[in-house]
Amino acid sequence: MPKNIIKVENLNLWFKNKKILKDMSMEIAEHEITSIIGPSGCGKSTFIRTLNRMNDLIPTCRITGNIFYENKNIFSPGIDVTNLRRRVGQVFQKPNPFPKSIFENVAFGPRLYGEKNKNKLNSLVKKYLERVGLWEEVKENLNRNALSLSGGQQQRLCIARVLAAEPKVMLMDEPCSALDPISTAKIEDLMQKIKNDVTIVIVTHNMQQAARVSQFTGFFLMGELIEYGKTNDIFTKPRCKKTEDYITGRFG
Amino acid sequence: MRYKMRKMNWQKTRENLIKIFFEFSGIISIAVLAGIFIFLAFTGMQAFKEISFAQFFLEKEWNPTSYGNPQWGILAMLAGTAYISLGALIIAVPVGIATAIYLAEIASPFMRETLKPIIEMIAAIPSVVLGLFGLIFLAPIVSALFNINSGLNALSTSILVAIMTLPTIVSISEDIIREVPREYKEAAFAMGATRWEVIKKVVIPVSSSGIFASVMLGLGRAIGETMLVLMVAGNARAFPGSFLDPVRPLTANIAIEIKEVVSGDLHYQALFATGLILFAITFVINLASDIIIHKQLKKLKP
Repeated sequence: MPKNIIKVENLNLWFKNKKILKDMSMEIAEHEITSIIGPSGCGKSTFIRTLNRMNDLIPTCRITGNIFYENKNIFSPGIDVTNLRRRVGQVFQKPNPFPKSIFENVAFGPRLYGEKNKNKLNSLVKKYLERVGLWEEVKENLNRNALSLSGGQQQRLCIARVLAAEPKVMLMDEPCSALDPISTAKIEDLMQKIKNDVTIVIVTHNMQQAARVSQFTGFFLMGELIEYGKTNDIFTKPRCKKTEDYITGRFG
Repeated sequence: MRYKMRKMNWQKTRENLIKIFFEFSGIISIAVLAGIFIFLAFTGMQAFKEISFAQFFLEKEWNPTSYGNPQWGILAMLAGTAYISLGALIIAVPVGIATAIYLAEIASPFMRETLKPIIEMIAAIPSVVLGLFGLIFLAPIVSALFNINSGLNALSTSILVAIMTLPTIVSISEDIIREVPREYKEAAFAMGATRWEVIKKVVIPVSSSGIFASVMLGLGRAIGETMLVLMVAGNARAFPGSFLDPVRPLTANIAIEIKEVVSGDLHYQALFATGLILFAITFVINLASDIIIHKQLKKLKP
């Protein structure tokens, strides 16, 4: 197993009195793609939103346990959450570019972190749009409103926006569930291209996608991590009966 | 069978009657608006048979009762209206927008549920009451602060009109800001933006045109305000030199002079012309802000 970038220890999470995540422990390998699969409502999205502390935004959320990012506990009081989120970026289920220009979307992160030099911003925007394969499609007019792009283009733009913040980890919450197969394929290709720079954790309800893109897979059920291991093993010789039932389509 | 048919017919007629009643109610309000406009325009435009537009809009002297040499310039009063409404906006816009942002983005649900109705309640204060407050309480303070004879001036009036426009600005801005989709804010938070950065870089830019429209609506209110202004503005006809001068805005002028004119004479018509101009200004402002708000809401909910 390669080096871990994130380590989760005995994580429990409640919304109000409802327990969403139950005693979870898992390690996420650096420079690999880890997918989280499981039926709807099993806590997949909540889990990845815990990794960048986005659940802080929900007042009724309560958490016990530890998560270490590069050996630092993200819940310890000395942690700067904005800094953590800069390192652990997130792509959402529904493409959510800001209703601003394409340029402003990609430049959002760099500007936020204090980059003012116009030339530097120009080159960063070009670099990351090229990275996600959008440059050729939009270079004619970077001032176009991002909302005028197609769904797939918008999602790649969102990925470019996250990458421009130069994160170490990118969390992807069902990033292709609103997209057509061609757009999905483009995003999957993109993931393979960038995984050497950015560790990816992807939540997906599409098991073929998990099998195609990821090296490691975790199977969640009712807030529990049922099985976690190499993707190949999970899909070919699952140790757990529930995992087997799920991946063979008996429920879910 | 026949009975049933009869019953069906009656039901159909009833439905039609109800429909006509509601349609009629809707048409009445449009008819009233059109009627007021026609009435104002008809009487007001007659003034321009004898007074030239240039004289009316560009001259500072308004003295319709001067024997032999009446003067019809509304510029000083336009300036009075401008002083008061812009002064009010200078005060109300920062306070109102900051309050709206606080209510929509920062306040706890309890604070929001408590504060918003209270702010909206300001709109329920009769303007004559605010006027009394201004006369007895605010004007003396202003006169003492600036060491002037009377606090009945553009500044005092602006402060009070600002209070009157606050509910409009706060309430509408807050509604618009709350329409900013959660997805946008989440995206910014997930990039490591602080709450303040999210407000500054996402919430305000996205809702800016709606906020602008709320300010326009506030402006419409400020321009049309009469009673309060009549009581506190000082009502001098001279062209105001500063915020510490007494002013007579268009609304107050109509209210003061309409009691003294002979129905149908030129003075009467000139006052109607003033009313027509006020109506036109507020109508355009309200219409424009309505369109902007609609567009904004459409933009936020694709």
